[in-house]
Amino acid sequence: MNEENRRILFEPVVDNNPITLQILGICSALAVTAKLAPSLMMCLALSVVLVCSSAAISLIRNHIPTNIRIIVQITIIASLVIVVDEVLRAYAYEISKQLSVFVGLIITNCIVLGRAEAFALQNPVGPSILDALGNSMGYSAILILVATLRELFGSGTLLGYQILRLTRDGGWYEPNGLMLLAPSAFFIIGLLIWAVRTWKPAQVEKHQYRIHVVHRGTEAL
Amino acid sequence: MEAYLSLFVRSIFVENLALSFFLGMCTFLAISKRIETAIGLGAAVIVVQTITVPVNNLIFQYLLKDGALAWAGLPDVDLSFLGLISYIGVIAAMVQILEMTLDRYFPALYNALGIFLPLITVNCAILGGSLFMVERSYDFGQSVVFGLGSGFGWALALVGLASIREKLKYSDVPEGLQGLGITFIIGGLMSLVFMSFSGIQI
Amino acid sequence: MPADAAQAGTTRSLWVFSRPNDDPGKILAVAITLCLVCSVLVSGAAVLLKPLQDRNQALAVRKQIVSVAGFQADSAQQVESLFQQHIETRIVDLDTGRFDDSVDPASFDAHTAARNPATSTALAPDEDPARIKRRPDLAPVYLVRDGERIKTVVLPVYGYGLWSTMYGLIALAGDGRTVTGLSFYEHGETPGLGDFIENPRWQAQFDGKLAFDKNGKLRLGVIKGGVNPASPEARYEVDAVAGATLTSNGVNNLLRYWLGEQGFGPFLERLRADGEMS
Repeated sequence: MNEENRRILFEPVVDNNPITLQILGICSALAVTAKLAPSLMMCLALSVVLVCSSAAISLIRNHIPTNIRIIVQITIIASLVIVVDEVLRAYAYEISKQLSVFVGLIITNCIVLGRAEAFALQNPVGPSILDALGNSMGYSAILILVATLRELFGSGTLLGYQILRLTRDGGWYEPNGLMLLAPSAFFIIGLLIWAVRTWKPAQVEKHQYRIHVVHRGTEAL
Repeated sequence: MEAYLSLFVRSIFVENLALSFFLGMCTFLAISKRIETAIGLGAAVIVVQTITVPVNNLIFQYLLKDGALAWAGLPDVDLSFLGLISYIGVIAAMVQILEMTLDRYFPALYNALGIFLPLITVNCAILGGSLFMVERSYDFGQSVVFGLGSGFGWALALVGLASIREKLKYSDVPEGLQGLGITFIIGGLMSLVFMSFSGIQI
Repeated sequence: MPADAAQAGTTRSLWVFSRPNDDPGKILAVAITLCLVCSVLVSGAAVLLKPLQDRNQALAVRKQIVSVAGFQADSAQQVESLFQQHIETRIVDLDTGRFDDSVDPASFDAHTAARNPATSTALAPDEDPARIKRRPDLAPVYLVRDGERIKTVVLPVYGYGLWSTMYGLIALAGDGRTVTGLSFYEHGETPGLGDFIENPRWQAQFDGKLAFDKNGKLRLGVIKGGVNPASPEARYEVDAVAGATLTSNGVNNLLRYWLGEQGFGPFLERLRADGEMS
């Protein structure tokens, strides 16, 4: 794979992560990450929709009139999402019930429209697919990390298997109820951003206003 | 009347779209740097929500629902799978019409809102509002009240966050947390606060 | 080249898609083609997959019925075969408590019936503790027979919890009093708090509890503060869960409604009188 393609594919994982830098795809990162299994399904569903929509929009990019640009993109994305929803309900019924409202919200998941606008509309199909894959990986990385922490510390399980025995089952671990509620995802992602920006100082946002530091020189005493 | 008032207050506080259901987070976190822009976007969201939820209600009742097409002589048709695409189509169209109206009759406001108007089309809170309306089977009157209330609740949360962030300008936030990081944490704290409203029956 | 460009501007290409993007004909053509393609894709998926989806939904409910009736099923085939073998589906008229055999149980859907004004009753707020707004006039019950006698009866129950409607099944023994199982198969309660209703260990507390006392009065309930095993009330009570008051209230409301006069009360009265109800 050449240099340019490698950059397109791997940049969104850390350096240009959709959630921690581009501020896209937050709603789902907060809502479905209480347990790991629905998060994995969500990552898969989003990846499929993102790759297909970026490819489709990139294919017809030279023929989309500007006035109806947004509606065209949304129509393509919405159709893909409905098809994914129907397929899930036919072949993975249990999981589709958990994902219910949020499968629909992939349509407005800013990542899909955001990457279509920012990349697929101006680039050929090959790079668009790579960009979609890269952003899916970045999104999935964050989702899996948050979901693992929330499920492990919130219910002591991972993918349904009991890892930490709970006190109510005779074990030692008192589950952290906060982890099961969405605000915990806010906190985890906030701290994650802090960690990433300490590792990659280039991502740090500058202070808007700094209180002027007064230097008191050593006066003659 | 009382039921409407109760629905209105509920949709602002107990079932706040931004802080209880976490919808519209991307715009919520990204546009909350300054209070003026937050108020502008909030106002636009209220208008779009108040118009689209009742319109989508009518579409659902008379076109898409199981048996809705009975007036056209097709009582067995169930078009509810077209729901998502219809609602988003309505929202995109409403935002486009709103944009053209503002441009023609309120140019000052149009310029102030600028880029935020098209951004409303992809605000999950707007689509989420319509989806909740369908799930809870609201009638037309309830849809109007719910649209107004939920839009207002979202705007309130946004302006609240913007106010806090403006005050934060004078705080010494660690480098890595500056900007987005601390916004997430504040958002988390705000949503914890709104949880105290949960379960209030009014 | 300017000459070529001038010429191209005056003749509009017949093939719409090679015209420039702001040409009105092209805008229309792109919009229409897109709509056609997307409609075919979406409708095709919906129609082709519908049979599979309906089967999944029916299977999910049957799995719950089979398990709450006390049978162990590990696979879809087992669920189907146990259901066919042991479960008899009948339709009950809620007001009289009698079986209504004029309606085909296999195609009856209580929720569709509840929405239709002809086959349901609207409930005023003060007679609607479970906040279901409409009550269907007919409801399905699932019977397990031992010879002619009814051994277990499974009743569908539902009502509003904290966030949305909770759907469950309660199994009573042939005496119409003793609870043999309870489960909730669909709900929107808070993960980690209100979702105790789907915890099998909480559900197991209902085994052996009595729904009605000797005089036929409905006593089953979920209570705060812990059940005192020594008290005579304990046989009617199950622990609520701390911090999930509203979900617990929702459970109480729906149990009281569906086991009461407005729900399956009349049916259960007749069952207590005649254990072989046919």
